[in-house]
Amino acid sequence: MSITLVIYYLLAAMILVCGSLSVTSGKIFRAAVYLLGSLIGIAGLFFLLENEFIAAVQIVVYVGGIVVLIIFSIFLTHKSGEEMKMPSTQRKIAGFVAAFIGFFLAHFLIHHNEFVATNNPKIEQSVMNIGSQMLDTNKFGFVLPFEVVSMLLLAAMIGAIVIAIKVKPKE
Amino acid sequence: MTEIPLQHILFLSTALFFIGVYGFFTRKNMITMLMSVELILNSVNINFIAFNKYLFADKLDGIFFTIFIIVIAAAEAAVAIAIIINLYRSHKSIDVDETNEMKY
Repeated sequence: MSITLVIYYLLAAMILVCGSLSVTSGKIFRAAVYLLGSLIGIAGLFFLLENEFIAAVQIVVYVGGIVVLIIFSIFLTHKSGEEMKMPSTQRKIAGFVAAFIGFFLAHFLIHHNEFVATNNPKIEQSVMNIGSQMLDTNKFGFVLPFEVVSMLLLAAMIGAIVIAIKVKPKE
Repeated sequence: MTEIPLQHILFLSTALFFIGVYGFFTRKNMITMLMSVELILNSVNINFIAFNKYLFADKLDGIFFTIFIIVIAAAEAAVAIAIIINLYRSHKSIDVDETNEMKY
Protein backbone atom coordinates (compact mmCIF):
# COMPACT_ATOMS: atom_id res chain seq x y z
CA MET A 1 0.00 0.00 0.00
CA SER A 2 1.56 3.24 -1.10
CA ILE A 3 1.71 6.41 0.97
CA THR A 4 -0.76 8.16 -1.39
CA LEU A 5 -3.38 5.53 -0.71
CA VAL A 6 -2.82 5.82 3.05
CA ILE A 7 -3.23 9.61 2.89
CA TYR A 8 -6.36 9.12 0.77
CA TYR A 9 -7.93 6.79 3.33
CA LEU A 10 -7.09 9.16 6.18
CA LEU A 11 -8.68 12.07 4.29
CA ALA A 12 -11.73 9.97 3.40
CA ALA A 13 -12.17 8.96 7.04
CA MET A 14 -11.88 12.61 8.11
CA ILE A 15 -14.44 13.75 5.51
CA LEU A 16 -16.98 11.03 6.32
CA VAL A 17 -16.62 11.17 10.13
CA CYS A 18 -16.80 14.98 10.23
CA GLY A 19 -19.69 14.96 7.75
CA SER A 20 -21.76 12.46 9.68
CA LEU A 21 -21.06 14.21 13.00
CA SER A 22 -22.10 17.46 11.33
CA VAL A 23 -25.55 16.12 10.46
CA THR A 24 -26.11 14.34 13.80
CA SER A 25 -24.58 16.68 16.39
CA GLY A 26 -27.00 18.15 18.91
CA LYS A 27 -25.26 21.48 19.29
CA ILE A 28 -25.45 23.74 16.26
CA PHE A 29 -22.08 25.39 16.73
CA ARG A 30 -20.38 21.99 16.91
CA ALA A 31 -22.18 20.98 13.73
CA ALA A 32 -20.70 24.03 11.99
CA VAL A 33 -17.18 23.19 13.22
CA TYR A 34 -17.55 19.58 12.02
CA LEU A 35 -18.69 20.91 8.65
CA LEU A 36 -15.47 22.95 8.59
CA GLY A 37 -13.44 19.77 9.17
CA SER A 38 -15.26 18.00 6.35
CA LEU A 39 -14.68 20.87 3.91
CA ILE A 40 -10.97 21.06 4.80
CA GLY A 41 -10.73 17.31 4.18
CA ILE A 42 -12.29 17.80 0.73
CA ALA A 43 -9.75 20.55 -0.02
CA GLY A 44 -6.99 18.12 0.98
CA LEU A 45 -8.48 15.53 -1.38
CA PHE A 46 -8.31 18.07 -4.23
CA PHE A 47 -4.65 18.68 -3.38
CA LEU A 48 -4.09 14.92 -3.49
CA LEU A 49 -5.73 14.77 -6.93
CA GLU A 50 -3.24 17.44 -8.09
CA ASN A 51 -5.89 20.10 -8.57
CA GLU A 52 -4.26 22.90 -6.62
CA PHE A 53 -6.41 25.67 -8.07
CA ILE A 54 -9.72 24.06 -7.11
CA ALA A 55 -8.30 23.20 -3.67
CA ALA A 56 -7.34 26.84 -3.11
CA VAL A 57 -10.77 28.02 -4.29
CA GLN A 58 -12.39 25.46 -1.99
CA ILE A 59 -10.48 26.78 1.02
CA VAL A 60 -11.05 30.45 0.17
CA VAL A 61 -14.76 30.21 -0.67
CA TYR A 62 -16.03 27.43 1.60
CA VAL A 63 -13.75 27.53 4.63
CA GLY A 64 -13.12 31.27 4.55
CA GLY A 65 -16.50 32.40 3.31
CA ILE A 66 -19.50 30.13 3.66
CA VAL A 67 -18.64 28.53 7.02
CA VAL A 68 -17.82 31.94 8.54
CA LEU A 69 -21.16 33.22 7.20
CA ILE A 70 -22.94 30.21 8.74
CA ILE A 71 -21.22 30.75 12.10
CA PHE A 72 -22.19 34.45 12.05
CA SER A 73 -25.80 33.58 11.39
CA ILE A 74 -25.69 30.98 14.20
CA PHE A 75 -24.55 33.69 16.60
CA LEU A 76 -27.28 36.04 15.34
CA THR A 77 -30.07 33.51 15.78
CA HIS A 78 -29.10 31.14 18.64
CA LYS A 79 -28.03 31.27 22.23
CA SER A 80 -24.61 29.61 22.26
CA GLY A 81 -24.39 26.20 23.90
CA GLU A 82 -28.10 25.55 23.52
CA GLU A 83 -29.17 22.00 22.66
CA MET A 84 -31.23 21.70 19.51
CA LYS A 85 -34.47 19.78 19.37
CA MET A 86 -33.56 16.29 18.20
CA PRO A 87 -35.66 14.65 15.47
CA SER A 88 -38.05 11.88 16.50
CA THR A 89 -36.79 8.30 16.29
CA GLN A 90 -39.30 7.49 13.58
CA ARG A 91 -38.00 10.35 11.45
CA LYS A 92 -34.39 9.26 12.04
CA ILE A 93 -35.16 5.70 10.97
CA ALA A 94 -37.08 6.85 7.89
CA GLY A 95 -34.26 9.21 6.88
CA PHE A 96 -31.64 6.52 7.44
CA VAL A 97 -33.55 3.94 5.42
CA ALA A 98 -34.10 6.37 2.53
CA ALA A 99 -30.45 7.44 2.51
CA PHE A 100 -29.24 3.84 2.80
CA ILE A 101 -31.38 2.61 -0.08
CA GLY A 102 -30.15 5.48 -2.23
CA PHE A 103 -26.57 4.77 -1.26
CA PHE A 104 -26.97 1.08 -2.01
CA LEU A 105 -28.43 1.74 -5.48
CA ALA A 106 -25.75 4.27 -6.38
CA HIS A 107 -23.03 1.97 -5.12
CA PHE A 108 -24.46 -0.94 -7.11
CA LEU A 109 -24.38 1.18 -10.27
CA ILE A 110 -20.79 2.29 -9.61
CA HIS A 111 -19.66 -1.31 -9.15
CA HIS A 112 -21.33 -2.61 -12.28
CA ASN A 113 -20.30 0.16 -14.61
CA GLU A 114 -17.20 0.06 -16.76
CA PHE A 115 -15.39 3.37 -16.65
CA VAL A 116 -13.45 3.84 -19.86
CA ALA A 117 -10.74 6.45 -19.84
CA THR A 118 -10.05 8.49 -22.96
CA ASN A 119 -6.87 7.86 -24.93
CA ASN A 120 -6.45 11.46 -26.08
CA PRO A 121 -3.30 13.26 -24.90
CA LYS A 122 -3.53 14.83 -21.46
CA ILE A 123 -3.54 18.56 -21.02
CA GLU A 124 -2.05 20.15 -17.97
CA GLN A 125 -4.63 21.39 -15.45
CA SER A 126 -2.71 24.56 -14.71
CA VAL A 127 -4.20 27.91 -13.79
CA MET A 128 -3.04 29.32 -17.12
CA ASN A 129 -4.94 26.70 -19.13
CA ILE A 130 -8.03 27.07 -16.95
CA GLY A 131 -8.01 30.86 -17.22
CA SER A 132 -7.44 31.00 -20.97
CA GLN A 133 -10.17 28.46 -21.70
CA MET A 134 -12.61 30.08 -19.29
CA LEU A 135 -12.33 33.53 -20.92
CA ASP A 136 -12.12 32.18 -24.46
CA THR A 137 -14.80 33.47 -26.85
CA ASN A 138 -14.17 30.79 -29.48
CA LYS A 139 -15.55 27.26 -29.58
CA PHE A 140 -15.27 25.39 -26.23
CA GLY A 141 -14.74 28.66 -24.41
CA PHE A 142 -16.65 29.27 -21.19
CA VAL A 143 -17.07 33.02 -21.35
CA LEU A 144 -20.89 32.98 -21.62
CA PRO A 145 -21.49 30.91 -18.45
CA PHE A 146 -18.84 33.04 -16.76
CA GLU A 147 -20.82 36.20 -17.53
CA VAL A 148 -24.15 34.59 -16.60
CA VAL A 149 -22.73 33.44 -13.27
CA SER A 150 -21.36 36.91 -12.56
CA MET A 151 -24.84 38.37 -13.17
CA LEU A 152 -26.27 35.69 -10.87
CA LEU A 153 -23.82 36.63 -8.12
CA LEU A 154 -24.68 40.31 -8.46
CA ALA A 155 -28.41 39.54 -8.34
CA ALA A 156 -27.91 37.27 -5.31
CA MET A 157 -25.94 39.93 -3.44
CA ILE A 158 -28.56 42.62 -4.11
CA GLY A 159 -31.32 40.17 -3.23
CA ALA A 160 -29.62 39.23 0.05
CA ILE A 161 -29.29 42.90 1.03
CA VAL A 162 -32.92 43.64 0.10
CA ILE A 163 -34.21 40.64 2.06
CA ALA A 164 -32.11 41.22 5.18
CA ILE A 165 -32.57 45.01 5.36
CA LYS A 166 -34.46 46.34 8.36
CA VAL A 167 -37.56 48.30 7.34
CA LYS A 168 -38.28 51.14 9.70
CA PRO A 169 -41.98 51.58 10.47
CA LYS A 170 -43.46 54.77 9.04
CA GLU A 171 -44.50 57.41 11.52
CA MET B 1 -2.38 10.38 -8.70
CA THR B 2 -3.81 7.42 -10.54
CA GLU B 3 -2.86 5.06 -7.70
CA ILE B 4 -6.17 5.69 -5.98
CA PRO B 5 -8.84 3.60 -7.74
CA LEU B 6 -11.66 5.69 -9.20
CA GLN B 7 -14.25 3.47 -7.50
CA HIS B 8 -12.92 4.44 -4.06
CA ILE B 9 -13.31 8.14 -4.77
CA LEU B 10 -16.83 7.54 -6.11
CA PHE B 11 -17.63 5.54 -2.95
CA LEU B 12 -16.50 8.50 -0.83
CA SER B 13 -18.57 11.01 -2.79
CA THR B 14 -21.66 8.77 -2.76
CA ALA B 15 -21.38 8.29 0.99
CA LEU B 16 -20.97 12.03 1.54
CA PHE B 17 -23.97 12.75 -0.72
CA PHE B 18 -26.24 10.44 1.24
CA ILE B 19 -24.95 11.75 4.58
CA GLY B 20 -26.12 15.15 3.31
CA VAL B 21 -29.46 13.67 2.24
CA TYR B 22 -29.92 12.09 5.67
CA GLY B 23 -29.20 15.43 7.33
CA PHE B 24 -31.64 17.19 5.03
CA PHE B 25 -34.37 14.66 5.88
CA THR B 26 -33.90 14.66 9.64
CA ARG B 27 -32.93 18.22 10.58
CA LYS B 28 -35.60 20.80 11.42
CA ASN B 29 -33.36 23.82 11.89
CA MET B 30 -32.86 25.89 8.73
CA ILE B 31 -29.12 26.53 9.28
CA THR B 32 -28.36 22.84 9.69
CA MET B 33 -30.42 22.08 6.57
CA LEU B 34 -28.26 24.61 4.72
CA MET B 35 -25.17 22.80 6.02
CA SER B 36 -26.51 19.49 4.64
CA VAL B 37 -26.99 21.14 1.24
CA GLU B 38 -23.37 22.30 1.33
CA LEU B 39 -22.25 18.70 1.96
CA ILE B 40 -24.31 17.49 -1.02
CA LEU B 41 -22.84 20.14 -3.33
CA ASN B 42 -19.31 19.27 -2.18
CA SER B 43 -19.78 15.59 -2.91
CA VAL B 44 -20.80 16.52 -6.46
CA ASN B 45 -17.61 18.60 -6.75
CA ILE B 46 -15.52 15.57 -5.79
CA ASN B 47 -17.25 13.57 -8.52
CA PHE B 48 -16.60 16.19 -11.19
CA ILE B 49 -12.91 16.51 -10.27
CA ALA B 50 -12.40 12.73 -10.14
CA PHE B 51 -14.09 12.11 -13.50
CA ASN B 52 -12.13 14.93 -15.09
CA LYS B 53 -8.89 13.53 -13.70
CA TYR B 54 -9.40 9.87 -14.48
CA LEU B 55 -11.60 9.65 -17.53
CA PHE B 56 -11.33 12.90 -19.48
CA ALA B 57 -7.80 14.12 -18.87
CA ASP B 58 -7.80 15.83 -22.28
CA LYS B 59 -10.46 18.34 -21.24
CA LEU B 60 -11.01 20.86 -18.45
CA ASP B 61 -14.82 20.76 -18.36
CA GLY B 62 -15.06 19.15 -14.93
CA ILE B 63 -13.00 21.95 -13.42
CA PHE B 64 -15.28 24.60 -14.92
CA PHE B 65 -18.37 22.87 -13.62
CA THR B 66 -16.79 22.68 -10.18
CA ILE B 67 -16.02 26.40 -10.24
CA PHE B 68 -19.58 27.25 -11.27
CA ILE B 69 -21.01 24.98 -8.57
CA ILE B 70 -18.86 26.71 -5.95
CA VAL B 71 -20.05 30.14 -7.15
CA ILE B 72 -23.70 29.09 -7.12
CA ALA B 73 -23.27 27.55 -3.64
CA ALA B 74 -21.86 30.86 -2.39
CA ALA B 75 -24.78 32.84 -3.87
CA GLU B 76 -27.27 30.32 -2.45
CA ALA B 77 -25.73 30.51 1.03
CA ALA B 78 -25.83 34.31 1.02
CA VAL B 79 -29.51 34.45 0.01
CA ALA B 80 -30.45 31.62 2.38
CA ILE B 81 -28.81 33.34 5.34
CA ALA B 82 -30.55 36.63 4.50
CA ILE B 83 -33.87 34.75 4.48
CA ILE B 84 -33.01 33.00 7.78
CA ILE B 85 -32.16 36.30 9.50
CA ASN B 86 -35.35 37.91 8.20
CA LEU B 87 -37.39 34.92 9.39
CA TYR B 88 -35.75 35.08 12.81
CA ARG B 89 -36.73 38.75 13.12
CA SER B 90 -40.38 38.06 12.42
CA HIS B 91 -40.83 34.66 14.14
CA LYS B 92 -38.01 34.49 16.76
CA SER B 93 -37.33 30.94 15.55
CA ILE B 94 -35.82 29.30 12.49
CA ASP B 95 -37.45 25.90 12.83
CA VAL B 96 -39.22 24.85 9.66
CA ASP B 97 -42.08 23.41 11.73
CA GLU B 98 -43.00 26.73 13.26
CA THR B 99 -43.13 28.71 10.03
CA ASN B 100 -46.28 27.43 8.40
CA GLU B 101 -48.26 30.62 7.81
CA MET B 102 -48.19 30.31 4.03
CA LYS B 103 -48.90 26.60 4.05
CA TYR B 104 -52.66 26.57 3.49
